[in-house]
Amino acid sequence: MAKAKDIIKLIQKKHKKSIIEAEEFRGDPIVKVKKEKLLEVCEFLVKEKKLKFDLLVDVTAVDFLPEKRTPRFDLVYILVSIDNDHRLILKTEADEGEKVPSVYNIWKSANFPERETYDMFGIEFEGHPDLRRLLMWPGYEHYPLRKDFPTKGYDFDEKWDPEQIKDNVLKY
Amino acid sequence: MGIESYLPEGSILTTTLEKLVGWGRKNSVWPCTFGLACCAIEMMATSLAHYDIARFGSEVFRPSPRQSDLMIVAGTLTKKMSPMVKRIYEQISDPKWVIAMGACASCGGVFQSYAVVQGVDQVIPVDVYLPGCPPRPEGLLAALMKIQEKAANEKFRDRPDIIREEDVRKYIEQRNIKIAG
Repeated sequence: MAKAKDIIKLIQKKHKKSIIEAEEFRGDPIVKVKKEKLLEVCEFLVKEKKLKFDLLVDVTAVDFLPEKRTPRFDLVYILVSIDNDHRLILKTEADEGEKVPSVYNIWKSANFPERETYDMFGIEFEGHPDLRRLLMWPGYEHYPLRKDFPTKGYDFDEKWDPEQIKDNVLKY
Repeated sequence: MGIESYLPEGSILTTTLEKLVGWGRKNSVWPCTFGLACCAIEMMATSLAHYDIARFGSEVFRPSPRQSDLMIVAGTLTKKMSPMVKRIYEQISDPKWVIAMGACASCGGVFQSYAVVQGVDQVIPVDVYLPGCPPRPEGLLAALMKIQEKAANEKFRDRPDIIREEDVRKYIEQRNIKIAG
């Protein structure tokens, strides 16, 4: 089990220019990389024998409001190495409407988490095999986990008619 | 055992058709196997030996809506799920009843949310609202007894599935249908 500092050092050694920032939090390394270099770094994380991050646990995003920060979103990838028993929190930045490269071809388990992130934040993943909404029904207009989305939603109190989504939902 | 042992041989009982049919329906309300959330666990507990829904003639949970009379909406109904629930309700043949089990099915409960239907009565007609989060099995049995009461005392003319004479007359008048003879 490598220490967080060693993991950060290993990545910095090879991809110094790709890294925006790197820190350690409660024993876990957090590394933020540029969006354009994401696939390159991910491939290195899998192939490097001392790292060997073979499991992608989750993909999610954080919304900082557009008036407070540009780019708006942080994407968070949680990686685990089963063989080496260490983990890494990989981050990248994306603005609204920007496409992020999909890591599906590196970790197959990115399929559903990326769909969920697309559903909840509206971030599109380039190269994803089947980018459809996962939790909300097809045709839903909003992205519920964005900070500017009201807690109860726009229309929760209105009378609900299932006919309006029937054709979209029963198709699947 | 039954009523026949108290009556002499060859006896006749008089009753009305409504009462006889109501009595039959009351004692064979078959629920649809249908659970949406944690209320379904309580519904399962009701069907097991300790609370024993079989005492009321409702032990046969049918996996097909075609064979059931009662729909227990047990849990949170999300908007995405609502077309399926409506379709299952439509597939149940008449006579049919609906219990909205628990706070979520009755009014949305704690989920004041964009994803949850605020009460299944927006989607399908409900006969009995059962409060609780989740309701205890005794509660579900009480709701079932309310359904039984309704089934036993229901007049034919109040049932939505019965074709009334005045409706037929109206239909004939509206379309100018001429009847021979």
